[in-house]
Amino acid sequence: MEVVLAIAIGALAGSGVWLLLRPRTFQVIIGLTLISYAVNLLIFSIGGLQVGADPVLVGGATDLSRYADPLPQALVLTAIVIGFATTALFLVVLLTSRGLAGNDHVDGEDGTP
Amino acid sequence: MNGALAIAPILIPLIVAAIQVLLGIRFGRLRTSLSFLSCLSLVAVAAMLMMSASAPNGEGTMLVYNLGNWPARFAIVLVVDRLSALMLLLTAVLALAVLPYALGRWQRMGPHFQPLVQLLLVGYNGAFLTGDLFNLFVFFEVLLAASYGLALHGSGARRVGAGLHYIAINLTASMLFLIGVGLIFGVTGTLNMAVLAHLIPGLTGTPRALMHAGAALLGLAFLIKAAVWPVGFWLPRTYSAAIPPVAALFAAMTKLGIYVILRLSLLLFGVDAGAASMHFGSEWLLWLGIITLVVGSIGMLGARELGKLAAYCVLVSSGTLLGAIALHSPAVTAGALAYLVISVLGIAAFFLLAGLVAPREGPEGTTQLEPYDPAIDALFAAEDERRVTSPAPVVILAACFLACGLLLAGLPPLSGFIAKFALLAPMLDHGTGAILLFALTIAAGLCTVIAMARAGIQIFWADADWEFPRVEPGETISVMGLLGICLVLTFVVAAPWNYLAATARQIHAPEHYIHAVMGQATEARP
Repeated sequence: MEVVLAIAIGALAGSGVWLLLRPRTFQVIIGLTLISYAVNLLIFSIGGLQVGADPVLVGGATDLSRYADPLPQALVLTAIVIGFATTALFLVVLLTSRGLAGNDHVDGEDGTP
Repeated sequence: MNGALAIAPILIPLIVAAIQVLLGIRFGRLRTSLSFLSCLSLVAVAAMLMMSASAPNGEGTMLVYNLGNWPARFAIVLVVDRLSALMLLLTAVLALAVLPYALGRWQRMGPHFQPLVQLLLVGYNGAFLTGDLFNLFVFFEVLLAASYGLALHGSGARRVGAGLHYIAINLTASMLFLIGVGLIFGVTGTLNMAVLAHLIPGLTGTPRALMHAGAALLGLAFLIKAAVWPVGFWLPRTYSAAIPPVAALFAAMTKLGIYVILRLSLLLFGVDAGAASMHFGSEWLLWLGIITLVVGSIGMLGARELGKLAAYCVLVSSGTLLGAIALHSPAVTAGALAYLVISVLGIAAFFLLAGLVAPREGPEGTTQLEPYDPAIDALFAAEDERRVTSPAPVVILAACFLACGLLLAGLPPLSGFIAKFALLAPMLDHGTGAILLFALTIAAGLCTVIAMARAGIQIFWADADWEFPRVEPGETISVMGLLGICLVLTFVVAAPWNYLAATARQIHAPEHYIHAVMGQATEARP
């Protein structure tokens, strides 16, 4: 399972970086979104991967190895919320830039008049 | 008791911002008075925190506030030591000084200037106070979200274009920040800075390598915020496109990156971190600082616009500070803190001044300094035909410009010289890198003088078409207030300097910080 997750994170981050370096604003925002997926998966996986494990202790629990680490899950929730909000904001700026510049190049000019 | 005071710098602007948003734009006057109230109380609270942090019982006085009264190992803490109290006071004073400037035309360029400024302060204060890395990320995001809004304040193609780049690079930096935080948490199982500092000496092998990788990614994120070469090219464009009061408030933002690097490099990789981790990355920081200094100086000489000139001054001060803190010497750090305070105030004043001197915004919103051409020089004209109604505003502006130049170049007699001297004097004992930094800092001062003198001549003497700016009283109050503080610091030196020297000694002895957070954690909940 670790290998699958690692490949998924690598593929997401790799395509994200590639898209981030493209000249169109829409590609940039998709790239940022993919990178944020990769980062969220990374944070989610740092507590160790377990199948069907409960993150919340039930009364009198003694064997902590049967529980998943709840903290990375809390961290990843916060990161998702913040990432979502900033991406939405970026989308608005992107649309404004498209409206003001008349094209969707990141520099506001793409050589064609 | 006193501990609750530590959260006031976060709560005050947060509550004020919420009220201001609810009030809407119809209650403009009430909103403005709320902003003043908030900034005044922030200055008061920061001063009180500073007093308690510098209480006479030793250098280890720290205020630790456990949110929700959970022990520090499990939950988040706010820590007030001398350094964070200093930064709190600096931002509060900066915000208070910039507010009058924005009252007239600037805040009317968009609907939500005042609440965004308050939210910016929430981000600043939270980042200065927090004792754990994830909260640092959260407050950074609060700060950045507000700064996106402020950078776009006034709209226009130039601001939106610059804002687009600014947001994209900061989102990427936040991702790097998160990856670093994730790696560090994966290795150590904690994000509390004091606990991390306690654990790092015990790490060996792969965990230590992963820890270093995480710290390097974290450092890269902060270097992007501090606009260090080669990740700082976003800064000149963004800062010169933003309206002057916003750019002045942003002057402290690069210093936030410097603050975090200073805090973390001394706390996590300080003298107690063990041989393999001690001073991790400081060689890199020194050389990056030196290159940033050179790039900033060249940019300053090439700037053809007053806002750009001020923005390159920010780069120069970032580079100088980064190089200085990489030397890991208490004496140099104390000088660097003095330089930080003066350069934030001086650069903020310069941004404000640049907004006043430049003509009112046309449709494109940009003015360029023309290359000097004697043929059109007003000095050669038989008579200066400009109608002068009252020379007072021009005299005041020119005097302020001169003061800004002296402060930023670090020339006597103003406090810029004292700060630069305090920074440079102890630097020569720290190897070739430090000597190079020493020489380049002085060369950067010369570049500042040349660039400022050229800009001053072109604006005040040589530009025949320059209209004398109509200056509103609030705008003059802001500029003169900021410069007045620097002037006062020229004469009142002993007490601030003692405070800064003690601050440097305190952050160079991380065991105080670790003990304050962890020792307090054990007695909080038996």
